[in-house]
This record gives sequence, structure tokens and C-alpha cells, in this order.
Amino acid sequence: MRLLIKNGRVIDPSSGIDETLDILIEKGKIADIKPRIDNHKAKIIDASRLVVAPGFIDMHVHLREPGQEHKETIRSGSLAAAKGGFTSILCMPNTEPVNDNRGVTEYILSQAKKEAVVNVFPVASVSKSQEGEELTEMADLLDAGAIAFSDDGQPVQNSHLMRRALEYSKLLDTLIIDHCEDKNLSNGGVMHEGHYSYLLGFKGIPDFSEEIMVARDLILAEKVDARLHIAHLSVKGAIQLVKQAKKKKIKVTAEATPHHLLLDDSFLENYDTNLKVNPPLRSKENVQALREAVKEGVVDVIATDHAPHAPDEKDVEFDKAPFGINGLETAVSLILDKLVNKNIISLKRFIKMISTEPAKILGLKNKGRISVGADADLTILNLYQEILVDVNNFKSKSRNNPFHNWKLKGAPAITIVGGKKVYPF
Amino acid sequence: MAFKHKHLLETRSLTLSEINSVLSTAESFLEISKREVKKVPTLRGKTIVNLFFEPSTRTRGSFELAAKRLSADIVNFNQTASSIVKGESLKDTVLNLEAMSPDALIIRHPCAGAPYFISTFCQSHVINAGDGSHEHPTQALLDAFTIKQEKKKIEDLKVVIVGDILHSRVARSNVFLLQKLGANVVLVGPPPLLPIEFKKFGVEIDYNLDRAIEEADVIMMLRIQLERQKKNYFPSIREYRNLYSLTKQRYKKAKKNSIIMHPGPINRGVELSTDLADSAESVILKQVENGIAVRMAVLYILLGGKERETAD
Repeated sequence: MRLLIKNGRVIDPSSGIDETLDILIEKGKIADIKPRIDNHKAKIIDASRLVVAPGFIDMHVHLREPGQEHKETIRSGSLAAAKGGFTSILCMPNTEPVNDNRGVTEYILSQAKKEAVVNVFPVASVSKSQEGEELTEMADLLDAGAIAFSDDGQPVQNSHLMRRALEYSKLLDTLIIDHCEDKNLSNGGVMHEGHYSYLLGFKGIPDFSEEIMVARDLILAEKVDARLHIAHLSVKGAIQLVKQAKKKKIKVTAEATPHHLLLDDSFLENYDTNLKVNPPLRSKENVQALREAVKEGVVDVIATDHAPHAPDEKDVEFDKAPFGINGLETAVSLILDKLVNKNIISLKRFIKMISTEPAKILGLKNKGRISVGADADLTILNLYQEILVDVNNFKSKSRNNPFHNWKLKGAPAITIVGGKKVYPF
Repeated sequence: MAFKHKHLLETRSLTLSEINSVLSTAESFLEISKREVKKVPTLRGKTIVNLFFEPSTRTRGSFELAAKRLSADIVNFNQTASSIVKGESLKDTVLNLEAMSPDALIIRHPCAGAPYFISTFCQSHVINAGDGSHEHPTQALLDAFTIKQEKKKIEDLKVVIVGDILHSRVARSNVFLLQKLGANVVLVGPPPLLPIEFKKFGVEIDYNLDRAIEEADVIMMLRIQLERQKKNYFPSIREYRNLYSLTKQRYKKAKKNSIIMHPGPINRGVELSTDLADSAESVILKQVENGIAVRMAVLYILLGGKERETAD
């Protein structure tokens, strides 16, 4: 099957292209890119007034299957991703059971093959059952199809184990995605520690709970010369550490989420459990620092940390609600409206952060670029479309998104995965 | 004077006229508890639910008597007896109680914001009787009432609040309320229980009790929970007592005629020595007595409606 995308403004940060071009897709690959292609056998997609970008890759998604299918399934999560403009997603290992062995990785991949409309890349856990005591069989997991390793949500507290994990990751040239949090310092906190936690009477999670772990893991990454990807960076101190580490050529990359870039802890005054997330929404000062870090390039990647929870689970006392924000279907519009349209970052830089860079970090050589021979994963954007976020229209099984009723300009229009249009459905 | 809020969830958002309407209404109710027949028909036919998810004798009993003296019907639910232990959610528990058409729900809950959460889906008036470390508005109102009664004013008084400020809903409610009434509030405690960020609320911070009480008109001691020691907020009760217990010896350095308050229950000999607790300077039992009049005022204003109706 052939697909011809005509008259789109093609932006590909990897090659620097930003011009109106036609793209011919054959057998799931990009076959040709030229100012004008005519091919009467191809199905035509008119992309005039639209932006054609390399497929967006979300490095941080919780799909909940196996084990918590009432929150999300591989099917529903992939539909949400397609609608949100993502062609590839990484799913975190904190399922039930934890993705800490070949069996779970293979299960996820086989479900994804049957059910998913986007590419699903399983992230396996660093430690068995994410308990932080024994390493998983990383080589076997990679062989089974895992793309990276993380104990997301239950980060490795034991510095010795983290050292060994980073050392071992070098053998396999793989990546550790690091949720940086000192659980002792977090001490059962439910929101950012500061003025608002004192005002509202909540236990706080201090900013240095994150900063201290970022410091530890940057030191370890430097000493063992391993690669490290810092998940959902959220505090000023940690940002400065990453900035210094990059200057010292430590192999570190970092991601930021839309919610940490757009919301601060003052929003919690109405006790909305949809704002309960870990890392917590930080103070205005931290949010400002994170925006600067995105602008300056200290942050490499935008990722959602899509963490679906069923409505009943969030409709409880704030202390009892689970952490997490459902983000796949709002991320692209949020960044377009609040960062790109406001000239905080350019459109090209956004595409770089959500496609080119993730592909590079993950070693996905045929993704994250628009060039002949690359996978035909494309995200087509309508920069002019105005949307009203309505969680009731989500493809995700869950609704825990705090941007309900926000008016945003700019949205994913068409999502193409492996040469196949998967959105609009 | 007008009370505009439908619920009483916190002191922070109360206006001065709302506060004064509670305090002056309480004044007129004080006398009822001194009558031989301690009952007026004001809230006859109204149903009030006391929904307590934490142990409490004083506050629950005070609300119960306040309701009864206004002739309202009051039902008590507490955590162990209710279906919460069977795994029912807070929302379902409240919706089931709501189906029985109460006029007000009085909530005590260990989670901050639980009364606010309830007020988002509930038709009846919600009264916060203490939510986690957040607020305990009727306690602060009765404290203000007692201070006014003793000192004839609140404005420009120096009120020193001592103890576990970090976890205290009483401290928060008093900080917001007493400052609105013009008091100068000083918070005292060891740094782990008294984050410096509390300064942003407009109060003074002092780690030294001896210094703080020199100029104090009111000394409010808070209960120190013994389990805080296990979490390393301070090294031992012995050391806490040495630094922060209000003893006769220490009180000698305090300003003359300063009054001693405590929201109860007291750990005698820990934050407050027995002789002081029972001394003439202590107004602790007056606080309890006034608590009924203040809670009658709150129930009357929210349910009796005259003040509210004119406001609406």
C-alpha cells in the first residue's frame, strides 16, 4: 500500500528541513521526499496548511496492562497515544506483575502486536519486583524486546545497587531511566513541600528529595561512565546539576512533562486529586526554572508520564488518592499552545524534543527522522485548530487529567504509524 | 453582620464580619448553658450528623450538646461503628448519610481537605471539626471568644502558640483567625516542628520559649504527640520538656496577667505542668465551656438562617 502526503510543511530537525514537500510512503517506509510527487497508485493525504513531523515518541507512559486493566490497557493506551499524536510509546514496568522477566516483556509485546495501533516499547525494571534489592536479567530482557530499564515510581534507594545497575548497563549499551527521589526524605508526602503544603496541612515532598538523588546518580554515572536518562525533572536544584553534568560531558539526558511545565502547587488549593502526581507540582520558582531549562536545552525531551487511574480511585480524600496524571491526549496541544505559540520554544525545537531526541536517546535509528528509508511514522499537526479539552472524550480508559475545559490552539491532526493512518480513527 | 459561607471549612477564608457574627451570637448563647432548663427551641426539627473518623471526646461532645441545647436532633457516627471498616469510600458513606436528609454534617477526619471534598458533592451544610493538619475552625473561634472574654479585646495582643506547629490544625486556624482580629501571633517550637516558611503567614517565629513569653498576653500550649519522637522531630520527651514545657518556673518570667490556654487533651507534665494547668491563670476549662456557646452560634448561623438569609 502506498500513501502520498501532499503539500505539507515538512519539519525534520534531524536534517534541518523546513519546507513544503510531498512524502511518498511504500511498505511502511518513506520512499521519496520531493517538492512534488505524483503517484496515481497512492492514496493521497492532503496536508496543506498542516505540519508534517517525524512521529512523536513518548518516553514515559504507564499502560497498566498486565494487572490493572481497569485503569488502562495496551489497546486503550495506544488509542490515546494515536489521538495525542504519538506513534511510539515506552511503557513503564510497574505493572502487576512487574515487567522484570522475559515472560512479561513478551506478553506486552504480543498484546501490543494484536491490540496496539502505535509502536509499544516495553521498559523493564532495574530490580526484581522493583524492590531495589536484586538486578533483573537485563541481557535476557533486552533479547526479549525491552528497550530500556527503570524502577520508575519505586526508585532504587540503595546506592550500591544503582552503581551495579549502571555498570551492567554498559555491557549491554542500554539506558537506565531514572525516577530520582529519596523516599526517606519524601517521608510519605503528598504534595510539594512549601508554602502551600503548610497552608493546606499536607505532608510535603521537599525539592531536595529529588535533587539529592539526581546528584547521587550523576556522580555514579560519571564514575562508572554510564548513560543516564533523568525522568520528569521538576526542581531548580536538580536542573542546575544536570546542566553542570552536561558541561562535564557526563552522558546524561533529561525529560520534562507538560504538567510540571504548566502547573504549580498553588493549583492544589482546591484539593483536586487530579493534580496529585509524583514528582509533585512544584512551586512557581521551580516551574520557571524548568521552562528556562527547556528553552536552554538542559531538558532534552518532553514526555507525558501518562499515569491513568480509574475515576473511583481519584474520587477520594487527597491523602488516599494515587499519584498520577493522564497525559497522552493533551500533551501536544498543551505544549503547542503554552510554549510554542507563546514563543518560549520554536516549533522545530518542540519536534526535536518529542521525536528526534527520544529516537536518538533510545537508539531507534529508523525513527525520529523524515528521510528516505526511515520508518513511515509521522505526526501531522494542525497549528490553527482550537480545541476544548474534554476528558469525557478521552480514548484512555481513565479521566484523571487536570486540563479539563482548557481551550488550546494547535492539535495533532493525523497520526501515521508504519505507513498506516491510525488517527483519525 | 453577615455570614455568607454555606459551610464552615476553615478560618482562613472567613471575613471579619463573619467572624464577628459568630462571636457576638455566641455571646448571646452563653447564658443558655447556665439555665436550669438548658434548651431553646431554635433548631427544632433540624437534623445534624456528627461524623467522626478520629477519636474525639471534647469536640464531639461539645457539638452534640450545642445541637441539643438548640433542640436539633443529632446522630453520632464514628469510624469503628460505621461501614468505613467494611471498605466503603468516604464519598459513599456521606452520600448514604445525605440520603437520610440531614441539615448539617459535622466532620472530623484525619485527611486534610476531607470536609472540603465532602462539600463539593453534598447538599447539607458541612462543618469542619478538624481535618488532618489543616484546620479546626470552631476551636479557633472558641479560642478567640475566650481571649476576648478574658482580655476584653484581641487587637494588638501578643499570642504565643507553642508546640508541634507543623502538624497542628489548631495552630493554623488560630494563626489565620487571630491575625484577622488584629492579634500579633508568635509561633514557638523546635525547628523540625516549626518550618521557617510559616513566616509567610505573617507571624513571628521563635525557637526560644523563655524569650517568647516575656511579652505574651496569651500563651497557647499545644499537645505534643508522643509518636513524633519516633519520627525524629525531636530526640526525646525529656528534652522536649526541658525546652518547651510551660512550668511554674518558666511562667514566672512571663508577662503579668498572661493567660494560659490549651485545646486539650493535655499531656500533664509534658507540654504543661499540672500546677499551671489547674492555676488561676489557666482558662482551659473556660475554653471548653465557651466551646458549646460558639458551636451553638455556628449551628444557629448556618442552620437557623436568620443571619444567613439576610445575607443572601
